[in-house]
Amino acid sequence: MKALNIPTIDFVGKRTYAIIVSLALIAVSIFSLSTHGLKFGIDFTGGTLIEVGYEQDVNLSKVRNTLSEAKFKSANVQYFGSTKEILIRLEPQAVSSAKLSSKIIHLLGDDVDIRRVEFVGPKVGEELTNDGGLAMLYALIGILIYVAIRFEYRFALGSISALIHDVIITLGVFSLLQIEFDLTVLAAILAVIGYSLNDTIVVFDRIRENFLSTRHVDPAKIINGALNQTLSRTIMTSLTTLLVLMALFFLGGEIIHSFALALLIGVVIGTYSSIYVASSMILALGISKEDLLPSEKEEKEMDARP
Amino acid sequence: MNHYSGLRNALIAFFLLLSTLYALPNIFGSDLAVQVSSAGDAAIEQSDLTKITDTLKQKNIQYKSAALSNRRILVRFGDNASQLSAKDLLKTELGRNYVVALNLAPSVPQWLDSLGGRAMSLGLDLRGGVHFLLEVDMQAVLAMSIDKYYNELRTLLREGRLYKSIKKEGDNIAIRFKTLELKEKALARIKSDVSDLIVLETDNQDELLIQVGISDDAQKIAKSSALKQNITTLRNRVNELGVAEPIIQQQGLERIVVQLPGVQDTARAKEILGAVATLEFRLVDEKNDPQTAIQSGRTPIGSKLYYFKDGRPLLLKTRVITTGENITGASSGIDQENNIPMVNITLDSAGGRAMLDTTKKYLHHRMAVVFIENQVETITDEDGRVVLDKKGNPLKKRTTTKDIINAATIQGTFSSRFQITGIDSAREARNLALLLRAGSLSAPIEIIEERTIGPSLGADNIQKGVLSVIVGFVLVLIFMAVRYRVFGLVANVALTLNLVMIVAILSLLQATLTLPGIAGIVLTVGMAVDANVLIFERIKEELGSQSNIQKAISSGYDKAVLTIADANITTLIAALVLFSFGTGPIKGFAITLSIGIVTSMFTAIIVSRAIINKIYGGKKLEELSI
Repeated sequence: MKALNIPTIDFVGKRTYAIIVSLALIAVSIFSLSTHGLKFGIDFTGGTLIEVGYEQDVNLSKVRNTLSEAKFKSANVQYFGSTKEILIRLEPQAVSSAKLSSKIIHLLGDDVDIRRVEFVGPKVGEELTNDGGLAMLYALIGILIYVAIRFEYRFALGSISALIHDVIITLGVFSLLQIEFDLTVLAAILAVIGYSLNDTIVVFDRIRENFLSTRHVDPAKIINGALNQTLSRTIMTSLTTLLVLMALFFLGGEIIHSFALALLIGVVIGTYSSIYVASSMILALGISKEDLLPSEKEEKEMDARP
Repeated sequence: MNHYSGLRNALIAFFLLLSTLYALPNIFGSDLAVQVSSAGDAAIEQSDLTKITDTLKQKNIQYKSAALSNRRILVRFGDNASQLSAKDLLKTELGRNYVVALNLAPSVPQWLDSLGGRAMSLGLDLRGGVHFLLEVDMQAVLAMSIDKYYNELRTLLREGRLYKSIKKEGDNIAIRFKTLELKEKALARIKSDVSDLIVLETDNQDELLIQVGISDDAQKIAKSSALKQNITTLRNRVNELGVAEPIIQQQGLERIVVQLPGVQDTARAKEILGAVATLEFRLVDEKNDPQTAIQSGRTPIGSKLYYFKDGRPLLLKTRVITTGENITGASSGIDQENNIPMVNITLDSAGGRAMLDTTKKYLHHRMAVVFIENQVETITDEDGRVVLDKKGNPLKKRTTTKDIINAATIQGTFSSRFQITGIDSAREARNLALLLRAGSLSAPIEIIEERTIGPSLGADNIQKGVLSVIVGFVLVLIFMAVRYRVFGLVANVALTLNLVMIVAILSLLQATLTLPGIAGIVLTVGMAVDANVLIFERIKEELGSQSNIQKAISSGYDKAVLTIADANITTLIAALVLFSFGTGPIKGFAITLSIGIVTSMFTAIIVSRAIINKIYGGKKLEELSI
């Protein structure tokens, strides 16, 4: 038989530092979000995006000149992935129309390879922005209800604060680095919500179990014990998830880049928050053994356990 | 302890075999193919197949196979060149009653195909193609129906001269009467004859004035029929373009989704789909000079000023001889004498009669062809936001361009068949003929979203997506094996089976695999091991607290299962929200994520347990390799 070495790190004792770190990160994120805002992609702002490929390296200023001569002065031209591919972005014009892209493609000549054209009308963009916000809200509410039913309202509040923490900081990073925020990033953030919650629930499950199986112990100690017991699982799962995300980030191509990045950031923050934020929160809300006493039926099952 | 019944093991094995079977079609790849289907209702028959194979043999185009199934003929080719030349050949040989399109045909073996095994369908971002979201201009639809009712009312109330005046006011019609008696009479007549109209309650003090509007029901009907008719026209146009598996669907009350996988010439597709163009034939007013009309700013009664595309003015008679609605056939060609592009027109009997009468009566006069195009665009402010009008509708810019494309002297009488020239290029002649054939849209439409993926990017996306799945997957396999040894290997088997199951379910559902969908699979791979990690860590713990190894395995599984269920259900909630909110790309991600969560619970808990039971169950153990 192998001796089991469950770590005894004092997570709960260090929660004051964690709270300071979290608050600082949130403050920076909110500051950046309110001053810089997010760099929304055309999915949300509306506009036109064209990705073209050339046989040889392209000269960006040449393309810019061609476009500005044809009165597309607001066109943003940049390399995309390599110097043989360029991305042209057009802000929404006074009159939005899918025809702009055809005009630009015509200007670029026949020998280019049209890799991608996206046009999003202003109305569609506004709808997506509203729907996206609503989706985030619905996800949070659904989770709140589920956790409140399965556990207790303090756990629900704890997990939701961890999620809001994760979402704000992930958005903050996107705002600080001014990385484009498009539909796929929104999807990634919703996936982060799912992931981070997964993590939190595992910890909570253990906290509940420990509360019920031991008697007269300080809640802080129980929570700390549960965090330590689940620590190696938390780390393992985060590592495997990070591994595949790295694969996506480096090999998945440009289109999936910011999606993978959002998940990478989200998984790291989510792992941290399920250890520090969620559990500190339920401790602060004053969780105790009495709150978790099961109904009679479950109690019998508990007693039956060895 | 730690023993599954034979029945249970057999069931698990059955599920896994079934999954493997239905995941199998995806490994066979696909053939380049040309697909021939019927443009109308006529069925494709065996004789068509013979005709196609004969044509290909005649021209010496090599093909792998040709078969008729599901009301379409698929001819498979070994290389791109013969596929393309076969498409062009068949298109000209078969004529307009057939849709000839390039396609990719999965090369699933016969026995698998007959079991219902099909490969996943690839989304536009993986195979290339265009996605359009079109919005029908419903304000224009209402304006058109107001016009219609206005004319109807005028005719109805003219009998016995019931009204004093009648005019359109915005979305309503205002009618004024001389006496109350006439007003009552008119109201009764409107109620009995035009049930679609309602008399509006107004705070107007004038008793001799009524305002009439279109009832809500009638508005709904007008809108939905406009939408349906547009869908029909779009379908005709898409058929003319030749697309293998187009999707043309209503979305909501005002929108139409059009997806054209594998379309190469996206610019043309866009031109064709969005065009609201028609023709009018009018006589030229030879008596008056257009220059005088321009200078005086007044056009003679019975005439209207039009311009050629190059800006030359010409006065045309207001009476229309016939319009595009009477055109039943149109094809483009080259006028042999002058070597210029032309369009051959065929009119229906009403149009033919009108044309015959006119050409007889006005021999040696000039007749003009006017090309009318309607466009609608959304107006935005400086920040790119939609501008709303007083009623809260988005402000649109509607433009109607009417260009004379030619004005030629009538050389002889003709009726339903003739040619028109004056078109800029062969390409435009082709487009015009196509639009005339497919019929005009009943209301203007606007492309409000476009997502085009070129074929090269699609191929890139597949390659990168598959590569990242493989690399991510292998990394996780190595990691698990190193960390949990025998148990890790078991988890790896479970993970592989999980991947197989996801692919099988996606194939069975015929869900569309997109790049975000692949990302969902990758993420699932990372997260699916979580369940096994939870179990294994729990077993380790149990090993620390008790000496009975069999018991440790069993309680490790039991205790972890509840946690796994809780954790996965919450993730599933997030995935479901994603799905319900989802537009295209996000939906794909949500689908694979949801399927992955469910299958991973099966493989990680039940399948891995079955294997562990087989390895360790019932044995006396000293140590576990975990």
